[in-house]
Amino acid sequence: MSTFLGIPTAPRGVGHLRGDEPFPVAARKALANTQLRRNLGKATSTIRAKRAAVVAELPDWEELREAGRAIKAHTMRHLGHYLTELESQVTARGGTVHWARDAIEANRIVTDLVKATGADEVVKVKSIVTDEIGLNDALAGAGIRACETDLAELIVQLGRDRPSHILVPAIHRNRAEIRDIFLREMGGVDPELTDTPAALTEAARLHLRRAFLSARVGISGANFAVAETGTLVVLESEGNGRMCLTLPETLITVMGIEKVVPAWRDLDVFMQLLPRSSTGERMNPYTSMWTGVTPGDGPQSFHLVLLDNGRTAALADETGRQALHCIRCSACLNVCPVYERTGGHAYGSVYPGPIGAVLSPQLTGVEDNASLPYASSLCGACYDACPVKIDIPSLLVHLRARHVEETARAHRVASPEAVTMAAASWVMASPARWAAAQSASRLGRALGRGGRIRRLPPPLSAWTAARDAPEPPRQTFREWWRKERGSRP
Amino acid sequence: MTGPAARDEVLARIRTALGNSAPGGRAPDADPVPRTYRTSGELGAAELLELLAERLRDYGCTVRRTAPGQLMTAIGEALDRRAARRVVVPPGLGLTGLPAGTEIVADEGLSPAALDAVDGIITSAAVAIAETGTIVLDGSPGQGRRALSLVPDYHLCLVQASQVVALVPEALARLDPGRPLTWISGPSATSDIELDRVQGVHGPRTLEVILVEPEQAGQPGTPAPAS
Repeated sequence: MSTFLGIPTAPRGVGHLRGDEPFPVAARKALANTQLRRNLGKATSTIRAKRAAVVAELPDWEELREAGRAIKAHTMRHLGHYLTELESQVTARGGTVHWARDAIEANRIVTDLVKATGADEVVKVKSIVTDEIGLNDALAGAGIRACETDLAELIVQLGRDRPSHILVPAIHRNRAEIRDIFLREMGGVDPELTDTPAALTEAARLHLRRAFLSARVGISGANFAVAETGTLVVLESEGNGRMCLTLPETLITVMGIEKVVPAWRDLDVFMQLLPRSSTGERMNPYTSMWTGVTPGDGPQSFHLVLLDNGRTAALADETGRQALHCIRCSACLNVCPVYERTGGHAYGSVYPGPIGAVLSPQLTGVEDNASLPYASSLCGACYDACPVKIDIPSLLVHLRARHVEETARAHRVASPEAVTMAAASWVMASPARWAAAQSASRLGRALGRGGRIRRLPPPLSAWTAARDAPEPPRQTFREWWRKERGSRP
Repeated sequence: MTGPAARDEVLARIRTALGNSAPGGRAPDADPVPRTYRTSGELGAAELLELLAERLRDYGCTVRRTAPGQLMTAIGEALDRRAARRVVVPPGLGLTGLPAGTEIVADEGLSPAALDAVDGIITSAAVAIAETGTIVLDGSPGQGRRALSLVPDYHLCLVQASQVVALVPEALARLDPGRPLTWISGPSATSDIELDRVQGVHGPRTLEVILVEPEQAGQPGTPAPAS
């Protein structure tokens, strides 16, 4: 486990922040899956169009984005203050606040809380943070069954699969695949079940109804937590969230420490930015807001677990800290040309796409997700789509630099990037050397076909493994100038 | 509860990360957030209700508009059309004269299974947002606890014209964060299978709204003068 300013990152061996293989290897497999690419292409283009339409409706969208950015930047600068304010407000209203340094500690806290109720089953609202820490595995280890109740999460859970998108985790599955999973895994399903989304949704409704009505413990994440009032906020669509947040006797909410917002009126901004950026709706069907315990209404025992797991390490990087501003809308995934082709699994972390490429390496330490900052063409579409204006392209470049520097420090030898850049600097420092190098590059034409070079010899093959290089021109600019004007430029 | 060790350590890490040393971090400066976004709407009363009705219908809600004098008739029609016989009515709603044959079920701590067996629920609302087509419940006596508007498959919601605002910030300014709040924007829905929208998952699969407009504002459904 590495440290940044001595602050520990998320521990290895628990949770889902690291893939089994680097991005380029995983991406190659995903690219070969034509079904996956068709599903992704359809899904991302549908959400893009919906989002664009509802964003265009608001005359003050840019003002909202700027306010969102400013609120998040301010919160990060005073994170300790707002967390302790949140803690005292939640406590004053009858809730109990727990602090978890990492995934292992959070899993232990939640498992102990569930065990204390005597329940052997919990119902879960869709929550990426509980997936980040591998909570379901920890609960299973203690003999507690976690029942995912979001339709997509249910599909993923029954299919013994991994989520591939922040908003629609089963985006990689089509209706026929989902029908097969339900018939095989759900139990008691009509064998005549068709594969229309309506029929599949009805099957899930019936399957989950029993779990909701008898649930004793609910587990959720949080979209926002208001420090000023102690109010927790969860946005959703299906009503499974309301079921889990309302019907059980005990509610346990796990949230990353970066989800706190200072004031009630900050929801002015986020309740407009998030639904439109996320599902492309004016408002999502259901939002629940609760403060501590309300006598006679909903869970009478409420626990809030505040999770670090690498977030303070990200906070320590003054540039990288922006990644903590993310409100998990997934707009950056849907506009990303890389995500649209590879899907979420290739990123190896529960946080895929552009935001995942800048968040996951900071939570784990860059060396554990070293390929992710390179999983981008730096086209900038993610920056434009981000509702809180996270400058993802600049963060990617920043993390690439950190990776190069940290590798050099760790190995006490210059990295290939450093050697290349030093050589380029030497060549470019002298007009004669530069001209000679340009002439020499013409040799590269022998490798080209149709203006492109698809494979360079080692060590340059590392560059062409994931992209083509343009064929060098027949004539350099300097040569053209000398011929046309008869003198040196 | 975790011991103080985890809490202290996380807060210490935050101080290290930010490079300041006061416990809990420095006291924040005055709100540095540029709040130049819209905080009040510009629509007249009639346009406001028109927009709310349109946005609700866009989500697949049935919307009826009525004057207070015709409210019971409108409720009767809605229940009839739905064939809802056993409905939960929160004690604070103050409805009298529901159609003959309607059985009012009082909430005396009904279990989730008992709620699952009724035909529907009638509630009032705390506030409604026209621009987003949103109704907010706050657990007041006219709405009851949250489970009431969640488990039954049919929710009939009565919204007074005076409760309708244009924008999200206006709604938040009216709401009490200390109450349990439920924001409802159409019936439950999912797009989890191939991004195909399916209406009706776990929450009430049918949401119907009756907009109650003051008599002096004209006949139901006709534009009211701006106020």
